[in-house]
Amino acid sequence: MSHTTTADHDDHHGHHPTGIARWLFSTNHKEIGTLYLVFSLIMFFVGGAMALVIRAELFAPGLQLVNPEFFNQMTTMHALVMIFGAVMPAFVGLANWMVPLMIGAPDMALPRMNNWSFWIMPFAFTLLLATLFMPSGAPASGWTLYPPLSLQGGNSLAFVIFAIHLMGISSIMGAINIIATILNMRAPGMTLLRMPLFVWTWLITAFLLIAVMPVLAGAVTMLLTDRFFGTSFFNAAGGGDPVLYQHIFWFFGHPEVYIMILPAFGIVSEIIPTFSRKRLFGYTSMVYATAAIAFLSFIVWAHHMFTVGMPLGAMLFFMYATMIIAVPTGIKIFNWVATMWRGSMSFETPMLFALGFVVLFTIGGLSGIMLAIVPANFQYHDSYFVVAHFHYVLVTGAIYSIMAAVYYWLPKWTGYMYNEKLGKIHFWWSTVWVNVLFFPQHYLGLAGMPRRIPDYAVQFTEFNMISSVGGFMFGFGQLLFVYIIWQCARGGEKATAQVWEGARGLEWTVPSPAPLHTFDTPPLVDDSVAVHKDSLT
Amino acid sequence: MKRTNELIVGLAVMAAIIVFTWGIFAVGENMTPGVTPFSQDVYHLHNVVLGIVTVIGVLVFTAMFTSIVIHRKSKGYQAAKFTHSTKAEIIWTAIPVLILVVMAVPATRVLIDMESTGGAEMNVKVTGYQWLWQYEYIEEGISFFSALDRDSNRARQIGSGIDPRTVENYLLEVDNRLVLPTNTRIRFLLTADDVIHSWWVPALGWKRDAIPGMVNEAWTYIEEEGIYRGQCAELCGADHGFMPIVVEAVSPEAFEAWVAEQRGDLAVNDSEGAEDAVEVVEVADEEQEQVQPLAAAEFAELSQG
Repeated sequence: MSHTTTADHDDHHGHHPTGIARWLFSTNHKEIGTLYLVFSLIMFFVGGAMALVIRAELFAPGLQLVNPEFFNQMTTMHALVMIFGAVMPAFVGLANWMVPLMIGAPDMALPRMNNWSFWIMPFAFTLLLATLFMPSGAPASGWTLYPPLSLQGGNSLAFVIFAIHLMGISSIMGAINIIATILNMRAPGMTLLRMPLFVWTWLITAFLLIAVMPVLAGAVTMLLTDRFFGTSFFNAAGGGDPVLYQHIFWFFGHPEVYIMILPAFGIVSEIIPTFSRKRLFGYTSMVYATAAIAFLSFIVWAHHMFTVGMPLGAMLFFMYATMIIAVPTGIKIFNWVATMWRGSMSFETPMLFALGFVVLFTIGGLSGIMLAIVPANFQYHDSYFVVAHFHYVLVTGAIYSIMAAVYYWLPKWTGYMYNEKLGKIHFWWSTVWVNVLFFPQHYLGLAGMPRRIPDYAVQFTEFNMISSVGGFMFGFGQLLFVYIIWQCARGGEKATAQVWEGARGLEWTVPSPAPLHTFDTPPLVDDSVAVHKDSLT
Repeated sequence: MKRTNELIVGLAVMAAIIVFTWGIFAVGENMTPGVTPFSQDVYHLHNVVLGIVTVIGVLVFTAMFTSIVIHRKSKGYQAAKFTHSTKAEIIWTAIPVLILVVMAVPATRVLIDMESTGGAEMNVKVTGYQWLWQYEYIEEGISFFSALDRDSNRARQIGSGIDPRTVENYLLEVDNRLVLPTNTRIRFLLTADDVIHSWWVPALGWKRDAIPGMVNEAWTYIEEEGIYRGQCAELCGADHGFMPIVVEAVSPEAFEAWVAEQRGDLAVNDSEGAEDAVEVVEVADEEQEQVQPLAAAEFAELSQG
């Protein structure tokens, strides 16, 4: 009913621009999805290179390679590039490619805005990365940009803030587009509770983005005026409050964490049923659990800052609220295990990454419960224990899910099967080394090593060395990922439309590779076509 | 038949996971129990929660890997059709809630304990600077700065040619240690002069941010004499990694003697100018102007409280 309003934008059937213009002016969700994914992959290596600078310096005690100021620039830029450049654009790219295909829509609801929201990103990252070459250097106050430290830097801060503004605009436009697409362009019969879980998780994520990106923009704008226009929002000497910034930042920051993990939940919820040859267990409870996590994400922000000195009541509230998140998250993990239980499993690369996700994300989740315990948090906070925790949920969580999604849908995108043997080597190589990289960091934190230090006391040497070796092996192993994608894009065994034996859903009804325009005539959806079916609905 | 298979495989998988987990714990380091009632409470709490999450992890992974071993297509296993079980879902919602309550109760108790104010027998004001600490013993009237010691500072420069392993307590030694009496309830008042720092000595069981324009409170009661080392835990600029904290806990009698010595030294310094201490006093003079307004505000606050 509602898709007619948007389906009549001027398509260029048959006479498509070629060369660079094709990509610059594209309004096609598949091409823009590809742009996002390629951009994200490049940023993954840029951010990864920074991580390797960090790990190289930390290989041994003493300063060998970089001075402390540059080290701080690396930790700051690594986080900003990975969060805003690698993880978020990858999920937006996947949404662009797959959401219309999964709900039977011909394209995104707002194709021109879609083009714009992507093409802002290269400019944002040019601004951000250019700060590395400025006299005052890149920002060095951590990605959280806490004042007063962040205000001590040079003029490059302005570039960083404008870059964040641009990323925020891009994210908000992307989120609006996704919401408009999902709410207006579903094929007839694709009721909300027949939507694939990836679509559901992205719908909720998009609302989170719209809710919190303006909060981040507000926080950094106050930094901007404090730094350049003489205001005192965060300056105690002028009547401001440095802790206020932390409250505002984390009011954005905690939902941001779920922006980076909810789509991952969606991806894994698509992949595990496919390779278990069994429908997702507890579909409806998955949807409600996702919504519950999103709601809770707004009332737990202060657990990032238990050590700033809060009233007892506030600490208790934020501790309890944080612990409650374990319940819906636990439901998800139990549902995935129940989906596998008595299924007929096979272990192609996407399934391996999805299983790796379930195990390693769970480890990150369990250390998250430990971090919620306030008195213990007084020891864990700002130590390497925290570094280990959020890398388990972001690298082996978010990034593993992205890799799983790439292997899962790559045949649909390229029309060829990727090299399964190399894919499996990529998984096992990554999984061994990512644990060598991050697990010892738990020990370092418990032994008392603070995060964001360029040099350390000698008792931390062994575990840092192990971690650095893991970092280099994991990092260079990702070149294999690029090779596999490149090889698959160039040719190989032809993929069928179905691709995977157990796959369900509309995206598998279109040919592989998916033609530029799909679902010009909307498909009819009923329970037999729906990916998930829950006895509750 | 099938059921027995699952049980046997499940037990084997669980045994393997338990051995593996035990190995992981045996290899690594655990949190320090520390030397204060707080740090010991935190240590026990940490162990309890770590134990609980480990058991949860072992159970979840056992179910998952049992399924991975048995329910495979390559073994000709046929997929079941179920997609829902209200009973199972109620169980795995209710049990985690109960487990959380079990963890929340002791956590709340310890937190209330750590946050209880009052009864301070002695007050120490800690001020963070880029990149050193200032300690003021409020009742004793002693004040000094505490920075990274010279040996570490020499060795940590790029291209120093000094192997950090040859430096005693590399990066964890200061020129002037914070000397504190044991068995005394001590209140710390933490603030900062420039950016946010965080004062962390793991053996005391907590860290607390030192924030410009704010005064935070924290308490300790050290039960054992000894030297306890820590570091700044909040990124505070280039030399964030180079502003260690060293607490030297001595008996109350020895502390009295140390106080007397310090006072004597300071008096002597004014007339004679003994080299080491002069440095301390000079630094203090330089910073005097910046420190003064904050300190005055706090003393006013203290006298009210």
